Amino acid sequence: MSRPIPVPTPETAHFWEGTRAGELRLQRCDDCDHVYFPPRPFCPGCSSRAVAVFAASGRGALASYVISERPHPAFEGPYAIALVELEEGPRMMSNIVECPQTPEALVLDMPLQVTFETLSDEISLPLFRPADGEKS
Amino acid sequence: MSLPQVAVVGAAETTELGKVPGMSQLQLHADAALNAFADAGITARDIDGVATAGESPTAVAHYLGITPSWVDGTAVGGCSFMIHVRHALAALQTGQCKTVLITHGESGRSGIGRGGFRGNASSLQGQFETPYGPMGPPTMFTLPVLRFMKEYGLSHEQLAMVAVVQRQWAAMNPRATFRDPITVEDVLNSRMIAYPFHLLECCLVTDGGGALILTTADRADDFPQPPAYILGTGESVETPMISQMENLCSSRAFSVAGPRAMADAGISHADVDHLMIYDAFAHLPIYGLADLGFCERGDAGAFIAEGNTAPGGHLPTNTNGGGLSYMHSGMYGMYALQESVRQIRGNAPAQVGSCEVSVCLGVGGMFGASGCVVFGRQPR
Repeated sequence: MSRPIPVPTPETAHFWEGTRAGELRLQRCDDCDHVYFPPRPFCPGCSSRAVAVFAASGRGALASYVISERPHPAFEGPYAIALVELEEGPRMMSNIVECPQTPEALVLDMPLQVTFETLSDEISLPLFRPADGEKS
Repeated sequence: MSLPQVAVVGAAETTELGKVPGMSQLQLHADAALNAFADAGITARDIDGVATAGESPTAVAHYLGITPSWVDGTAVGGCSFMIHVRHALAALQTGQCKTVLITHGESGRSGIGRGGFRGNASSLQGQFETPYGPMGPPTMFTLPVLRFMKEYGLSHEQLAMVAVVQRQWAAMNPRATFRDPITVEDVLNSRMIAYPFHLLECCLVTDGGGALILTTADRADDFPQPPAYILGTGESVETPMISQMENLCSSRAFSVAGPRAMADAGISHADVDHLMIYDAFAHLPIYGLADLGFCERGDAGAFIAEGNTAPGGHLPTNTNGGGLSYMHSGMYGMYALQESVRQIRGNAPAQVGSCEVSVCLGVGGMFGASGCVVFGRQPR
């Protein structure tokens, strides 16, 4: 069974169009420069509606995680649920791929790079792998 | 204008806690309410205000035969009941009603007459958290802790000590679900649920309920039990998404609600005889102690491990055994409130001596919300 598939709303459509195109899109406020996530058509920092979508670098660092031992139909064996601090500032939940799911391999603050998994015609899910040059 | 004082004059839990398959969730609310009526020497006819979470105040009022002139259905998770106390305080002080009933009931273990959690794939959680495989609170509420451990040097042994200390309290409580002593080794050797959390660092899943009755202080002496005065309250919410906490090492809702309640009460940390911090998982008391300002963030793990919150310590905390050992139905906040009232009344199973001031800090969702109540044996 596959992962639960997100259903976009009008406010998040640009994000999922981005992942389909291989981009991690964030939003920045035109008035106060605040960069934020998850998507919404206004700035949670200053309430301005003048915000713009941009493609993020896709680079981040491992902020925290747990390794779940609970059975999940879309995962085999223990798997890490991770929090990734993006280079641009926002934090997002994700999974770490191309890396053993162990405390030894998952080192806090390790550099990560976004990658995308196609779940359906509409949805590609952003995941993260150790950045190039990092041991996994 | 000086507002009238308010007190808890009736308090009770359900007759049974733990596994109660013979009662629906709604009946757990009613069983607790009937016990609280008996405790206060009143009936439903005396109640004109109803607050609850998990069920609607409409369902609870109708089931019990109450015609309220004030209701509150604030439902932000397990600290909703602390927030109900805060709202009831304002309502009673301004004469919107005279006697408030707050109920909780949850068939957390048996699932009798309980609505399910419905996933919504278009909610922000559904889009940006659920696809990554979280399986309930044990894999989400726990997510910030590795960051706390790295930033503040909290050790696995210190985290385990939270469970060890609370079991010491539970051993003194005949109603506690788990009472056998445990060691750090027992905790660290228990089944891994979601690294770094072991089974014994996660709360129980049980059935039960509780209810409180509040009224103004001028009427408090008409009731058989010693009043537990409300000295101060606080509330806040932060985020429904654990991934979006402002700071992975602090609960913003704790740090708004807790200090506000203590400031309202006009108390300092040294005035606190007894503390409850909602412990769905072992890290909650560590976050709570730091966010309430009882110790530096980096010292919170050691503060517990060194026995300050344990029996005989200077800040007895979670004296019923907590969600880790006493009971946890899902929205545990009501049981923390019940223990604070028992300590103020002086009839807790693990009574901490003469308890003048008790602080009760609740969490809702997964660091999503908080409510805090400061109780006193004397009015302000």
